[in-house]
Amino acid sequence: MFGEGILKGLAETAKNFFGSFVSRERLTTVEYPEQRIAPFEAARVFPFLIYDGEDRQAGLRCVACQICEKECPPQCIFIEKSKDKKPDFVGKPQNYPVRFEIDISVCMSCQICVEVCPFDAIKMNTAFELSTGDRFSGLLLDLDQLAKPNEYYHRIHPAGAAEVDARLAEEKVKAEEKAKAAAEAAAAAAEAAKTKAAAEAASEKQPDEGSSR
Amino acid sequence: MIVTASLARPLIESSDQIFVLLKEWLVGFLPASWQPAAGVVLCVAAIVGLFPALFALTTVLERKGLGRIQNRIGPNRVGPLGLLQPLADGIKSLTKEDIVPASADRAVHFLAPLVLVVAVFMGFAVVPMGRNMVLVDMDAGLLFYFAMGTSTELAIFMAGWSSRNKYSLLGAMRAVAQMISYEVALLLSSVVVVMMTGSLSLTKIVAAQNQYTWGLPHWYIFTPWGLAGFLMYAIATTAETNRSPFDLPEGESELVAGYHTEYSGFKFALFFLGEYLAMFSISGLGATLFLGGWSAPFSFLTWIPSWIWFFSKLMLSIFVFIWLRGTLPRLRQDQLMNFAWKFVLPMTLLNLLVAGLWRFLGDGWERWVFCTAILVAAYVVMGRMGMRREHFGPRRYRYAE
Repeated sequence: MFGEGILKGLAETAKNFFGSFVSRERLTTVEYPEQRIAPFEAARVFPFLIYDGEDRQAGLRCVACQICEKECPPQCIFIEKSKDKKPDFVGKPQNYPVRFEIDISVCMSCQICVEVCPFDAIKMNTAFELSTGDRFSGLLLDLDQLAKPNEYYHRIHPAGAAEVDARLAEEKVKAEEKAKAAAEAAAAAAEAAKTKAAAEAASEKQPDEGSSR
Repeated sequence: MIVTASLARPLIESSDQIFVLLKEWLVGFLPASWQPAAGVVLCVAAIVGLFPALFALTTVLERKGLGRIQNRIGPNRVGPLGLLQPLADGIKSLTKEDIVPASADRAVHFLAPLVLVVAVFMGFAVVPMGRNMVLVDMDAGLLFYFAMGTSTELAIFMAGWSSRNKYSLLGAMRAVAQMISYEVALLLSSVVVVMMTGSLSLTKIVAAQNQYTWGLPHWYIFTPWGLAGFLMYAIATTAETNRSPFDLPEGESELVAGYHTEYSGFKFALFFLGEYLAMFSISGLGATLFLGGWSAPFSFLTWIPSWIWFFSKLMLSIFVFIWLRGTLPRLRQDQLMNFAWKFVLPMTLLNLLVAGLWRFLGDGWERWVFCTAILVAAYVVMGRMGMRREHFGPRRYRYAE
């Protein structure tokens, strides 16, 4: 009443006004191009593709299954599948994308492509300085711009990358075991077939002995 | 001591009169018959050049000040400390497309910003900005000023009406309602000064305040009626110039931008300029009426040129405007109107009475006590009445039950 609330408010703003000249802690502004703060780990901007090892062509995890292309709500992904196949990280022959394009002027950073990818091949990037003078081809990222090494993923999302790597290693071990088991089974089957064949050959000579074994 | 004083005096006088002497020197090159007209043209050019420059400076200082109030840094990118920001803004507004709505009244739409700026500039003609520094020393200077100040309302309504946009029109209606309401309070709060001085001439009003006892000036703000009048004047000017917390005509939350919604490019810049120029001129008038115009605050400071005092008072008022803008939230329309008609207007009317009492109570201490007591009592009573909460009970239907 009687305007003392106004005076109190004026005192508060005056305190801010003069205080911001005296103490730097009051100023929360980060003066962006000169000062930067590291992006949060959960930050996401636009997707990128991961490749393992040194060679982008050989290590690309994407197998051009086109699930992300189909799931993308604004339809900003374009994939052209290869005709031939190359081995993936477990050695299984897979297709690979000949063209993989993301139109980031359309992309809405929803992360659905990341969630549907069964191969952990597409992840969200944290690079945000993407302005360009050419608004058409400058905003259409191709495979060269999209593909980033796994080390880059480790750098921007350490926890997520570690988890993905552990899972992939487990899968690889499992696949190897499976392959080994399959090879053993095949070997055993071959052995069995051989013994069976031998037994059959023997049973032709001695029919009663073969059934008792 | 005497020697230095006698040496210093011409220096002080010439620095005080530097602009007047400059004008006389420049005009002296012309034939005698041209001299009066040329002098006026020079003064007009100075006013038209100076105040937009001050406007440019104020926009950046306001943004920086508001930033500091909110613990931000404010603009600091264009030029040193961001001081060239107005230049960038000016280039931007000059090169922007000038859009006129298809169904607008083109002639009026074009004229509105011009009328506003011209009317505001006219007000500067009678404000004394230093000793002997007034463009037209009119006998009824105050009256002329208010006549010109009131015609800005016309410009604002022209803008709102001609845009053919509901937001513009609503903004203009609000602006006109608000400005007319507070115009009354503005006039009545300055009438006390006229009553005391016995003159409508602004130079005479300053001269009456430019006296000192015990080194202190006779500014009107240092009297009870003067202080009350100044506070009412400050409230009314804030509303008159559509500044926060009375910036309802451009309340962006409900009216986009109010009466200048349909203006872009340089016409919008003219509205912006007009608003700030109105702020300068009305602050200058307030300084003239209550803060002693160009006179120094202490008698030992009279050696500082008079125009420095005038402009420092002006900038101080601008700082208070910015400070208020950074502090107070916007009022509601009914609160605004209630405040004008139920608080400010009665207080100014009472202040007229108090000023008369002051005049006829003589020179003793009694008038200080009586006048202060009356004003404080009225303030308390009206404050209590105004702040009384209305308790709404459950609604009773007289006939339906």
